Amino acid sequence: MFAIIRKDLLLELRTKETLTSLLLLGLLTLLVLSFAFEPGSDVRVEAAPGALWVAVVFAGVLGLSRSFLAERENECLQGLLLCPVDRGSIYLGKTAANFLFMTAAQVVVLPIFVFFFNLTVTTAFGGIILTMLLGMFGFSAVGTLFAAIAVRTRAREVMLPLLMIPLVVPLFIGGVTVTHKLLIGKGLDEVSQWLNLMLGFDVIFLVVGWLVFEYAVED
Amino acid sequence: MMDMVVEADRLARRFASVTALAGLNLQIGAGEAVAVLGPNGAGKSTLLRLLGTLLRPTSGTLRLFGHSVSDATAAVRRRIGVLSHQSFLYPDLSPTENLDFYARMFGVHDAGARVRQLLDLVGLVGWAHRPVRTLSRGLEQRCALARAILHQPDLILLDEPFTGLDVDAANTLSSILVNEHKRGTTLLMVTHDLARGLEICRRAVVLVAGELRDDVEVTGGARVSFETRYREIVHSQPNGESEGQGS
Repeated sequence: MFAIIRKDLLLELRTKETLTSLLLLGLLTLLVLSFAFEPGSDVRVEAAPGALWVAVVFAGVLGLSRSFLAERENECLQGLLLCPVDRGSIYLGKTAANFLFMTAAQVVVLPIFVFFFNLTVTTAFGGIILTMLLGMFGFSAVGTLFAAIAVRTRAREVMLPLLMIPLVVPLFIGGVTVTHKLLIGKGLDEVSQWLNLMLGFDVIFLVVGWLVFEYAVED
Repeated sequence: MMDMVVEADRLARRFASVTALAGLNLQIGAGEAVAVLGPNGAGKSTLLRLLGTLLRPTSGTLRLFGHSVSDATAAVRRRIGVLSHQSFLYPDLSPTENLDFYARMFGVHDAGARVRQLLDLVGLVGWAHRPVRTLSRGLEQRCALARAILHQPDLILLDEPFTGLDVDAANTLSSILVNEHKRGTTLLMVTHDLARGLEICRRAVVLVAGELRDDVEVTGGARVSFETRYREIVHSQPNGESEGQGS
């Protein structure tokens, strides 16, 4: 598993394709959405959580759709499948690498989100970061599984969001709700149910992905 | 008694309504070198993918090194190396980085030393740190060979390994495979290149439409009569004109 993470990081260091795509799409989404609201208006704060999570989802889909492209060239996926490791470990390695790429992109996107939406940095941002980590992890767990399926189809760019977006709706709703409540001053204890739901989602889909990945990559 | 590396019993594989392999019976002992020949669509690559544990049989049984492939795939995979016309190498990584990655995946002891040894063996020391994308087809295939033998497999599966290689590169590949065979490694080569196949292998298996048509030792005079018989088999097939090149 760690060999796969290391390899994916090394590949990204060489090409910088995934991280650049994630960053650009995330920033562009936030920029365009921030133009839609008057600077300093209350509506801006109301809309900010939705804008942040749209940026996470759009950039995430783009990043995930790229995650198996490198494995397609020279049939590297077959090379991986020939290795004497549990195929679930390949899934865990790819999921972890995708999560790291998404997190790295959000390290840049989040401060820009605060700036564009004119938000005040408070202790609530600790909770927002936790929510984003939970959301991105679940997103990676579902997306890695479906990216492995979609990459073998002809219309993979369309297939991946079609397959995964309906499944990650609970994460999206949870992420937007928690971010909104934290931004308007509610405490973590008031959003704990949503955070538990997101954590449960992450665990369930990580286990499901680990169990079924072997069948997803088989002919 | 010779240890069996491959034991296929009524091995069949279907893809939807297409039967790629239809009840194949095949035994290959340790240290043998077997050429799998046949026209396009004969089931050669399907057989290789089944042996590489990339596919599951639809019916029948397949045992590798005495293990059923459905029970002990990781243990079995550790003993198999695959060299295909696709290199399985990441184009943006160098040969050293690619081999280092696969060495970690196969749990190779003292990976750094083994990688350096193989780069030297296949003559890639001068290209060790350049991205695979910049290498010629011949150099890339040499690196793929290093990847295939990195973990010192007991069985090497070869799928058209000479495709796209010039004569020098093909000779280098051939001599390394012969040395691996002398070391006791079992070779199973799917090829259209009859001359190359029989240069390395002493046994030929002919598949036609997913069925075993011929299985013979091809040493001495038997080779000439086999080549004639093989051409007849191939030319009797609808797509036979393109087969048997290089013979």
